[in-house]
Amino acid sequence: MWEGYKAMGEALGLTWPFEVDDRTMPHLHQIFGQFFEPSRRNGPLLIGVLAGKALFTAREAATGFLLGGVTGFLLGIAFAHSRLLERGLLPYVVASQTIPILAIAPMVVVWLKAGWLSVAVISAYLTFFPVTINTLRGLKSVEPRSLELMRSYAASPWAVLWKLRVPAALPFIFAALKVSATASVVGAIIGELPSSIQDGLGGAILNFNQFYLSSPPSLWATNVVAALLGIAFFAVVAVAERLVVHRAPEHVA
Amino acid sequence: MNGNGDRAPAVSLRGVSQVFTVRGGGRVAALDEIDLRVEPGEFVSLIGPSGCGKSTLLRVIGDLIRPIGGEVQVNGKPAHQARLDRDYGIVFQDAVLYDWRTVARNIGLPLEMLGWERERRSARVREMLELVELTGFEQHHPWQLSGGMQQRVAIARALSFSPALLLMDEPFGALDEMTRERLNNELLRIWERSKSTIVFVTHSIAEAVFLSTRVVVMSARPGRIVDVVDVGLPQPRMAETRVEPRFFELVKEVRELLHRGAPEVFEGPPADQPLPEAELLAAEEER
Repeated sequence: MWEGYKAMGEALGLTWPFEVDDRTMPHLHQIFGQFFEPSRRNGPLLIGVLAGKALFTAREAATGFLLGGVTGFLLGIAFAHSRLLERGLLPYVVASQTIPILAIAPMVVVWLKAGWLSVAVISAYLTFFPVTINTLRGLKSVEPRSLELMRSYAASPWAVLWKLRVPAALPFIFAALKVSATASVVGAIIGELPSSIQDGLGGAILNFNQFYLSSPPSLWATNVVAALLGIAFFAVVAVAERLVVHRAPEHVA
Repeated sequence: MNGNGDRAPAVSLRGVSQVFTVRGGGRVAALDEIDLRVEPGEFVSLIGPSGCGKSTLLRVIGDLIRPIGGEVQVNGKPAHQARLDRDYGIVFQDAVLYDWRTVARNIGLPLEMLGWERERRSARVREMLELVELTGFEQHHPWQLSGGMQQRVAIARALSFSPALLLMDEPFGALDEMTRERLNNELLRIWERSKSTIVFVTHSIAEAVFLSTRVVVMSARPGRIVDVVDVGLPQPRMAETRVEPRFFELVKEVRELLHRGAPEVFEGPPADQPLPEAELLAAEEER
């Protein structure tokens, strides 16, 4: 598709929405070939460098994902159990998501010092919200009869939570985790920018951005790696869902 | 559990009333001064038109709804205490199985609540599977079973911890006639073996007469007991019971009682504003 559009664009001289040439859309073989070029003169191959940076970003994103996932889950539980908390705090949680991450990131860096942990926190900030909303929705999705059954057993609130509400909420939670998985990677990459961290994909993107004119494929190659990382995160969650969720087909997102 | 003359009744209701506020602010007397006594080992059916409060009455016995007036005792103690003591098992119209659990783990759910060890649990679950003839299905999930099989799982779950009292809310109402009759027979077999007391809500006159030792006929709005019919058909009941002349007489008697209680139903709200029981319960649950 990429090559098709590029060929068509070049043949027709498309200038809208952008001019198509080797600079705006390098050939795929150039992008993938770039992996096996030295990253700088006499340096290691680009693919090796990017793999290292991807791992660094993956650690930030994974930490952020766990942090955000757990925070989101706990907030969801709290909101499901207390109308007061839900009324009082949920608006702030929603408001928090309207503030651009680029405005939050520098503050986090100031608070926590630049480092992979602060990036993880920024990533978590982007991750927890869908989990909160879906956990809340899932915990409340329980049918009245199922609750009556628990009541007939004189079940403790704790038992109702873990034996009924959470299992019933799992498909909702996993739907959110899939969104959060990719968002955590985006969050980690963006989080690296204000921290001026050079060891991750964010640093690489910033760097190759500056040299885009001389070497467009390097940036594209980096983007490919970032995309692969996001897909990998998504796949891990999808596999976990298959292992954990045993629901009737109509309940599986 | 050995019978002696002066045991506490399994269920004792005195002057039990319940009022529901419905949409628009109206109030409906779902139950009006209900008195009822169920002896241990009885099989009592509650039958009546929609809105007569029979499901509500069952929930009052199970302490799932607190009545506004009257006294409810189960096994000689207040209904609330009986619930805390897990004195009863309940079966709903839809099986209410947890679909993330296998059949075996659904049946074992109340045993988990009671803190039974794993081995003891799985031994009991095996017994229950045998009782409802579902051996071999323990690793299936509920959605892989037919409606009748799901209901058998629900019955096994309710009986797994050997409660003295079994509350059943139209358990076979959603099943086809053939399945229903087969499960009726099975339920009677289980009842005879387990020596439990059963309070059974139904819409079906034939089902009520076939199963019960006594049939409680109710009328709607306000929910009242019209009369109680002693069935007195010989035990054990069999397929032949359904064609005995006495069976038809009793069916006729219950039907006439239902009609006697019926006019109030039609004097109720206009037909375009029906107040089926489900809606009343929904109103209650919205609190």
